[in-house]
Amino acid sequence: MSLRRVVVTGLGAITPVGKTAPAYWEGLAAGRSGAAPITRFDASKFKTRFACEVKDYNPDDYFDRKEGRKMDIFTQFALIAANEAIEDARLNEEGIDKDRVGVIWGSGIGGLTSLQAECIAFANGDGTPRFNPFFIPKMIADSASGNISIRHKFRGPNFVTTSACASSSDSIISAFNYIRLNMADVMVTGGSEAAITESGVGGFNALKAMSERNDAPELASRPYDKERDGFVLGEGAASLILEEYEHAKARGAKIYAELIGGGMSADAYHITAPDPEGNGVVLVMQNALRDAGISPADVDYINTHGTSTPLGDGAEVKAIQKVFGEHAYDLNISSTKSMTGHLLGAAGAIEAVACIMAMQHGVVPPTINHVTDDPELDPKLNFTFNEAQPREVNVAMSNTFGFGGHNTSVIFRKIDS
Amino acid sequence: MSEIAEKVKAIIIDKLGVEASEVTPEASFTNDLGADSLDTVELIMEFEKEFNVSIPDDQAENIGTVGQAISYLEEHAK
Repeated sequence: MSLRRVVVTGLGAITPVGKTAPAYWEGLAAGRSGAAPITRFDASKFKTRFACEVKDYNPDDYFDRKEGRKMDIFTQFALIAANEAIEDARLNEEGIDKDRVGVIWGSGIGGLTSLQAECIAFANGDGTPRFNPFFIPKMIADSASGNISIRHKFRGPNFVTTSACASSSDSIISAFNYIRLNMADVMVTGGSEAAITESGVGGFNALKAMSERNDAPELASRPYDKERDGFVLGEGAASLILEEYEHAKARGAKIYAELIGGGMSADAYHITAPDPEGNGVVLVMQNALRDAGISPADVDYINTHGTSTPLGDGAEVKAIQKVFGEHAYDLNISSTKSMTGHLLGAAGAIEAVACIMAMQHGVVPPTINHVTDDPELDPKLNFTFNEAQPREVNVAMSNTFGFGGHNTSVIFRKIDS
Repeated sequence: MSEIAEKVKAIIIDKLGVEASEVTPEASFTNDLGADSLDTVELIMEFEKEFNVSIPDDQAENIGTVGQAISYLEEHAK
């Protein structure tokens, strides 16, 4: 059985640097930081008091009050991004067989805000259980894909992937496979996360994973800089519509790019620390290249995981040099987390959108906040520091890695290249 | 209108996202005010919390309209 070709026909995003896919791209190309002091709760006693929040977010702008109240914020973000992508791809028009449209979404955590609120309310009570009947359906991670299908009546395969910060790259690959294997014609995929809560920030602080540069939040996310001190927590969502190539052509859909391959691997090393040799990361990029049927030299741009942690950034760069050899010097490498912060389970989705937009515009978004070279990193590599660079991008790779040692890479190619 | 009736109406308007004019004594939560089974459970819980009462399931089943809620609570609220 031959595998079917899969293309991207719709994009949507709600991010700390822009609340639609075009606004998100504009923010990335301009090198804008989404970091600022936390407004969602009183963070004055926390080690980290800033994050990349979606700015001026008000659910009433998107949902009627009754509807919005029954969804955790991570599901609200999912619907906002998915609705934009679905509209962009014109999936609600006549002639689309909704039995052949599925939803595979990614979230690393799910409804943390709802979980926290219900536990606090119980702890503050007299022991009488007064849990809200919407608590469980709001909290469970699959409520994102469930709500998208209910809204749009898509009756194809429907579930959520969870692999921490690789979650939405895994959802993209799963969706890709369901179409390749002829189990669906169109898939709504992507990821969302909303963990800027007391428990989210406190929990990541306890892991010593987050930047504590409270005096200059917008300069805190600085992948590949010698003075990097951890990631900056972000929130939001992005969505991609994946569609079988002939199906897209037949209905005259706008085709952004082709999804040509995906790879997965595990570090099998430590629950939070990356393998310092980057062995799992070497393997995942090799797996993705093999699946795509291309050679390392075909790749123009890598949107790295690059979270701005001291250990992780170096291990990934080492792995890139092992896989790409001399071609590593011809690549553009950038971490857009320098601008968006780390969206955890939504990172793969927003960065896949960044790769596709880079192809569309012939511009590689930058790694901002570079001040001091890290002597551990090869200075001949092009990290696209501080400013976007014009470049024709025919093939782009997006890497994401999650706590648990999950590694995932996806590769997109321009449709006419 | 009693204080209890006012509070009941306010809870229904808030939880079901309906207009005050729709919340008449005869209005049924499910047939007229768009509530599903989970909405109804939530309403009963809100009444319990607001009026500090415990409404047994077999009695909750008999509270299907705005008027029934008000009379139950006027009778049982502490």
